[in-house]
Amino acid sequence: MAEATIGRPTPQRLSLWARIDNNRTVLGLCMMLPAGALLLVFLSYPLGLGVWLGLTDTTIGRKGGFIGLENYELLFDDSVFWLSVFNTFLYTVVASAFKFALGLWLALILNNRLPFKALLRAIVLLPWIVPTVLSAIAFWWIYDSQFSIISWSLQRLGLIDQYVNFLGDANNARAAVIAANVWRGIPFVAICLLAGLQTIPQSLYEAAVLDGASEWQRFRCVTFPLLTPIIAVVMTFSVLFTFTDFQLIYVLTRGGPFNATHLMATLSFQRAIPGGQLGEGAAIATAMVPFLLAAIIFSYFGLQRRRWQQGAAND
Amino acid sequence: MIRLRRPVDEGGMHHLSTLPQRVVTIYLPLAVFLIVLLFPFYWMGLTTLKPNEEMLNLQDFNPFWVENPTLAHIKKLLFETAYPAWLWNTMLVAVVSTFISLFCAVLAAYAIERLRFKGARATGMAIFLAYLVPPSILFIPLATMVFKLGIFDTKLALILTYPTFLIPFCTWLLMGYFRSIPYELEECALIDGATRLQILVKIMLPLAVPGLISAGIFAFTLSWNEFIYALTFISASQNKTVPVGVITELVEGDVYHWGSLMAGALLGSIPVAIFYSFFVEHYVSSMTGAVKE
Repeated sequence: MAEATIGRPTPQRLSLWARIDNNRTVLGLCMMLPAGALLLVFLSYPLGLGVWLGLTDTTIGRKGGFIGLENYELLFDDSVFWLSVFNTFLYTVVASAFKFALGLWLALILNNRLPFKALLRAIVLLPWIVPTVLSAIAFWWIYDSQFSIISWSLQRLGLIDQYVNFLGDANNARAAVIAANVWRGIPFVAICLLAGLQTIPQSLYEAAVLDGASEWQRFRCVTFPLLTPIIAVVMTFSVLFTFTDFQLIYVLTRGGPFNATHLMATLSFQRAIPGGQLGEGAAIATAMVPFLLAAIIFSYFGLQRRRWQQGAAND
Repeated sequence: MIRLRRPVDEGGMHHLSTLPQRVVTIYLPLAVFLIVLLFPFYWMGLTTLKPNEEMLNLQDFNPFWVENPTLAHIKKLLFETAYPAWLWNTMLVAVVSTFISLFCAVLAAYAIERLRFKGARATGMAIFLAYLVPPSILFIPLATMVFKLGIFDTKLALILTYPTFLIPFCTWLLMGYFRSIPYELEECALIDGATRLQILVKIMLPLAVPGLISAGIFAFTLSWNEFIYALTFISASQNKTVPVGVITELVEGDVYHWGSLMAGALLGSIPVAIFYSFFVEHYVSSMTGAVKE
């Protein structure tokens, strides 16, 4: 780096601004100030405050005192909490698996020579950009117990006799919210993986074809290994967002029927805001942190591996 | 490694495969994907235009079509509810927080990527980690803070909290863009006596316009999408955003006004959809770029 003083003939009396301008560290910190201040005040501080609140018995309207791990002890004996943990894992694992499989499939399809490719890509992304709450309302109507279009169609096709109680039955409700989540998540996975697919050089496939590799072998031995790093990152994001999902459940079931679809995020909201138990809600939210950390560490190593594959050239 | 089995045959390169094969392996699944992905939107639009008697009578009317389209649901939504106010609130909050975030992110990204001050790498990593902190673990402590600051139930609460998830993303994205601009341009300007601020405004920003647009669109759609903060921090009807208003105010007891609900969902989706359609290439590149960085 050229030093900033090179072009200045009179170094003796610099104004304050010029001196700041010359010192990269001071200037850098000044420029970090707006972002840093906002993030420290509204992100780091509340993160710590949340952990602290989880150790108090604060309720809405009353400043609570420190009660140690009592909230966590209560939660430990709370079957609803454990049910929400189970639901969260079920929801995350099943939804992510479907998102990955279908997203990869869609990406492979879109990677072919197709007419109107740009338009197709734009259409595919629509579910992702439309506000979740608003598309969830459409799903709510699609899952309506009396007027569901799915039930109507299945009945007309003679596959069922009675309308399906989508959101009223525990397992149906779980399947229904997972389906809605998958619907919304496929575009993100597909478009990101498509971008990854397009970076794989065509020559590798040509070489594989010359070696007599079948389509499946080309996928397994060329596409998949080269795609692994980006899959790791995309799926970490996907898992992270699914694990902490709130909107979809809030709109479709509010955790019902009988807490069968409560996730940790919705339970934490339920206890903290309508229930008023801020301390307990914060404890549930804090209980999500270890899992998130695990996902982040996984993502970090995914990124590292990618950098290593690229020859560490870009840093 | 790949085993050599038989000469190039049925698989072939993609463009060599026959048409019927392509129909089965590509076009058919693609069509199914598109139908499933688009059906909820079709359903939203259809229900918006359907008169109630058609909607609730599945015996005499084909539910997949509308025979007597009506604008009654939209009219009810626009003139009998606070929907226009919600639209305005959402727009205002999204635009203001997007601009705040872009301003902060440009400065931060330039500092991290180009000034390389002491601790720049660690700061970059911290920004990335900040992006991974989900709103669902922050909303309770933020609610208590918002209350203490006396900005509960105001748009300011949302304008101040939305940048927490916008800044990290925008910064990360812009860092990638700044990285692609050659150092030489900056060095020339430094030799000519330009200050860092001049370099940023006159050289870097004009070159990073595509990045700014990407970050802006992404920030806008994310703010438009936001739900949990708006649900927690806002209680008065006239201050609500579209997602919160639709879900809390249009549902009255057990009577669901599906027509107006769908109209609300549709009208709330259209602004982002239009905005997005103009810049779809930027959006895609920002999304994939951010994942790849």
